[in-house]
Amino acid sequence: MKRKFTWLCLLLATVVSVSAVPAVKANAQENNYSYIYDYWGDVQNCPTPYYVSRVLTYKELGLEKNLKNPESIYVHGNELYLCDTGNNRILVYEVDEKHNFKLIKEITKVKGVEPAELNAPADVAVSEDGDIFIADKGNARVLKVDRNLNYIHHFEKPEDQTLDEQVVFQPSRLVIDTAERLYCTSTGINKGLIKYEEDGTFSGFIGATPVSYNFMDYLFKKFATQEQRARMVSFVPTEYANIYMDPKGFIYALPDKIQDEDLDSEKIQAIRKLNMLGNDILVRNGEYPVYGDLYWGNAAGISGASIFTDVTVLDNEVYICLDRNRCRLFGYDDQGKLVFVMGGNGNIDGYFRQPTSIEHMGQELFVLDNKDNAITLFTPTEFGSLVYRAMDQFDAGLYDESKASWEQVMKLDGSYTLAYIGIGRALLRQENYKEAMKYFEVKYDAVNYSKAFQQYRKEWISENIGWIIAVILVLFLVPFGIGRYKKIKHEIATADIFKR
Amino acid sequence: MFDALKKKETYRKYFKSLKFAFYCMTHPLDGFWDLTHEKRGTYAAATTILVLGVFVRILKLKYTSFVFLSVYWEDLNILMYVASIVFPLMLWVVGNWATTTLFDGKGRLGQVYMGTCYALLPYTVIQIPVMIASNFVTIEEGQFISVLDVISLVYCALLIVAAMGQIHEFSLAKNLVFTVFSLAAVMIMIFLLLLFFSMISQGVAYFVSIGRELLFRM
Repeated sequence: MKRKFTWLCLLLATVVSVSAVPAVKANAQENNYSYIYDYWGDVQNCPTPYYVSRVLTYKELGLEKNLKNPESIYVHGNELYLCDTGNNRILVYEVDEKHNFKLIKEITKVKGVEPAELNAPADVAVSEDGDIFIADKGNARVLKVDRNLNYIHHFEKPEDQTLDEQVVFQPSRLVIDTAERLYCTSTGINKGLIKYEEDGTFSGFIGATPVSYNFMDYLFKKFATQEQRARMVSFVPTEYANIYMDPKGFIYALPDKIQDEDLDSEKIQAIRKLNMLGNDILVRNGEYPVYGDLYWGNAAGISGASIFTDVTVLDNEVYICLDRNRCRLFGYDDQGKLVFVMGGNGNIDGYFRQPTSIEHMGQELFVLDNKDNAITLFTPTEFGSLVYRAMDQFDAGLYDESKASWEQVMKLDGSYTLAYIGIGRALLRQENYKEAMKYFEVKYDAVNYSKAFQQYRKEWISENIGWIIAVILVLFLVPFGIGRYKKIKHEIATADIFKR
Repeated sequence: MFDALKKKETYRKYFKSLKFAFYCMTHPLDGFWDLTHEKRGTYAAATTILVLGVFVRILKLKYTSFVFLSVYWEDLNILMYVASIVFPLMLWVVGNWATTTLFDGKGRLGQVYMGTCYALLPYTVIQIPVMIASNFVTIEEGQFISVLDVISLVYCALLIVAAMGQIHEFSLAKNLVFTVFSLAAVMIMIFLLLLFFSMISQGVAYFVSIGRELLFRM
């Protein structure tokens, strides 16, 4: 009896393990390092577009003291500014082509203003002339200093009647435009970006997110008592978590604390591209919304939508968003189509625990991890640089070369969506419509397919116009002729003259 | 039974009744009255129209331009797909008969089936040209395709309502009321079926778990 029981156990164990294997396999496929979503929203693994060329902790950065809660990095030319927020300092590195970091400056205080010491600097920006803007969060001010750290002027809490006086000004992220106007975000201020003129005067808020609420909440609030209302969430615009100014002067802004439902119903966009008026002009021609991962179910304890904390825009208008939730990088092209997804949560190189900031130098990416206190340097792989090259060639009007590059991409990944569409678009420019249609059809690109087809149809009609007219004539004239013939015959047969 | 298949007369009647469907399509009130009262319809023709409709629906998946209809073939089960069309129709037929027969409806179950099937002809007639045309238009011109798509369905629905009115000899108001009743009957049947199958599966699961328990203890 006992033996039988053991055998049964063994048998059961085998059955369980065998049936468990496919489940594990399916999961592993979901968790691959880099992938894209195809037309159907299925995960398609793709070659990794970036590899980790360096990971820099405080030792590699040449520091004595470990970084403490670093909030952001900023790249200006070949200089990397690292805000070591918890240690109240800003570190400036010079990065050469061999990825060597040389510490050239350590900013802990400025000259000519009281208090001189920085207190929790959260972000930094540098103008064309070399003036440095520092979001001195702990001192409730944004400092403008010249390259030798001499105080020029500073920006204070905006004087606005609608602003609660209790709110402490905590500038957290800032960008400057070419005219040195300053745009910044501040914790607790949700009216949009705070905009200052070049001389330091506050000039208004721009780009507040649209307010979202659902009807039931609204109705409930109508009938709620004063105390109940106070305890409920108020319908206010959300703050911005981060902003980035692209080379053309558009601000990419990432709303903070978005509810998953609002994201799902597209009431609030995960990323907005603001023009001068503060309107969202981001192109969203992709198959799926620009909000990171499509599947929000619980996996390994992480659930919910992607939470973008930072974005950087490359020169070819590919923008790369950093997801704090699943620690992934999402690259989108200028049409809002997914270029790649990579990364993940973990301790291995190329994975993150709490990424907070992303910057680029050329095509290389720097990602700052707040928990690891480290900067990861990503360099494009063959695949990544081929994709970028193909895009650049297309933008420069080199359609033959672009097509060749995309074909090389296809050799590395035969199901890469953008490669098919890229080849199709190049063929479209070369007026090879029939071939272009084939490529678009494979990836279900209805809009481009229609463009190609319209031209193809036009060509076909003008080539075969003779035949088309002939067929129409035959179709209409023959029955008409027959009818006519029968009528005349009938008239003759019934005509009076022949009736004698 | 098969003797009838050898007679020429059978085929003539079949094709005549099939052709009559076109008359029903263009003259619904007159046509559906004659369909049952003058016995101008046949079950063979009715089934043919139903099968044609389902067949066209399947053809559409493959031959409509991907611009207007893209199909995720990996997930498509053709039997389930056919069932998802035929099953609701059959529910409608049963539901309609079950409600109307209690309130002076003159139609029998077979006649309701025949009328419903005959009313599906516009779908085939409109969808085939639309399917072919979809391959020759761009996405901007696609408005016509979607409008015709809707028209074909609305046309069928109106014909079904008209057919029921004529078959049961109902006035317009009574007909509309019983259309709503029939739909409610369909809902109730779906509810009961769901209940039934979930009960059955629970019951089976119960005995399976007893069996498993016994195996564990042996």
